[in-house]
Amino acid sequence: MAHAQSHTKRIWNVFWILSAITIVEVILGIYKPDVLHLTSFLGTSPLNWLFIILTLAKAYGITWSFMHMEGEKTWFRRAVVWTAVFLIIYLVTLLLIEGDYLYSTLAPLVRW
Amino acid sequence: MESNIAVTNEKKPTWGGGGVKPFGASYGKMMMWFFIVSDALTFSAFLAAYGLTRFKFIDSWPIADEVFTHVPFVHGEFPMIYVAFMTFVLIASSVTMVLAVDAGHQMNKNKVTVYMLLTIIGGIIFVGSQAWEWNTFINGSYGAVKTTDGKILQFTKQSGVDKDGNAIFKQIALADFVVGDRGNARVQHTKGNGLWFEDEGTISQYSIAQIISSYEGNPDIQIRTELIDLDKKQKTILSREKGAEELAKTRLIVEGANLEVNEYGNTIFADFFFFITGFHGFHVFSGIIFNIIVFFNVIVGTYEKRGHYEMVEKVGLYWHFVDLVWVFVFTFFYLV
Repeated sequence: MAHAQSHTKRIWNVFWILSAITIVEVILGIYKPDVLHLTSFLGTSPLNWLFIILTLAKAYGITWSFMHMEGEKTWFRRAVVWTAVFLIIYLVTLLLIEGDYLYSTLAPLVRW
Repeated sequence: MESNIAVTNEKKPTWGGGGVKPFGASYGKMMMWFFIVSDALTFSAFLAAYGLTRFKFIDSWPIADEVFTHVPFVHGEFPMIYVAFMTFVLIASSVTMVLAVDAGHQMNKNKVTVYMLLTIIGGIIFVGSQAWEWNTFINGSYGAVKTTDGKILQFTKQSGVDKDGNAIFKQIALADFVVGDRGNARVQHTKGNGLWFEDEGTISQYSIAQIISSYEGNPDIQIRTELIDLDKKQKTILSREKGAEELAKTRLIVEGANLEVNEYGNTIFADFFFFITGFHGFHVFSGIIFNIIVFFNVIVGTYEKRGHYEMVEKVGLYWHFVDLVWVFVFTFFYLV
């Protein structure tokens, strides 16, 4: 490890990609184009899906490059990533379904 | 006995059971990864709970653009700009961290020192920004009233029309339209001017009756409720008559946000905001402490003597994780 080659260039590339994604998110967040914001696709607006996908892309960049997950042994990587991803998807799916149920049950009782 | 006790190999570093390294990762690095998995699950549980609550109140949840609009030293409303800056700072400090790790692989002590220092500075800027964000949120910007049935009413004024000819309403502060005298001579109770053992929370400088009469006396003011018009994704503006009816139910004047009331809407929104960004901020804070410890170890040459900079790599993992969490907090609190 003592004389490993430097990855400086690649690190800066990832940095610029992550920054660009953030800037795109912010611009979309400020302007919220009606065609993306006020329409619906698979339960929420296309804009929200775009935000979620861009977020996952950023998360991938941070984990794979900055945390150097790409350099770990395959099954170590899977032990970490698959465990976390599976449990998080599981939990989020159940809680969001439950939240939707609570809304459909309680909202009719609220008078505006 | 000998068969189930790992024999320590004197020549290699000890990893639990001798020189064996499962997955080719050192003990410390692997345990950092497993800690990160568990911490990620904690954070995702918080965010999932936030999601559940948001779905539960999907028709009245505060709109982030109307809540986080301020930038330090600048007047006016600039939604997103400041959090974007915070995100950028955190990503930049992640980069300097990974550059420090990279320099560590080359045993370049000076470079590691500089990059660690930059990382620490980035972290401090981030925590400072978050403190400012909290302060702004707690102090509030407009003020609102809460009715007996627990709803928040905000005050707006027409600021123009959009391209379809519909009126655009802009929120205004209590100070912008409340006039006259509060009418009941109520003053803030302090220990100095009353019973010395009695204390009271801050009271508003306005009275409820004063707000109602100011509303009635100013036909430009219209009330905005929490209810979201799902077609336009905007809060509903009430007519003058309906507004007066709702305003008559006022129980409390709300200025700012805390764990009990929130001028921006649902109290639980403020609760989640404080809890999740607070928990994340605490992680950033502890990350800064770890970075400072490692920074001084680098300076005194601990890792130079040890022959490798793996400790920088391990705190680096933690630091990147903090950045990773922020990416999700940013999306689900400010964007979606």
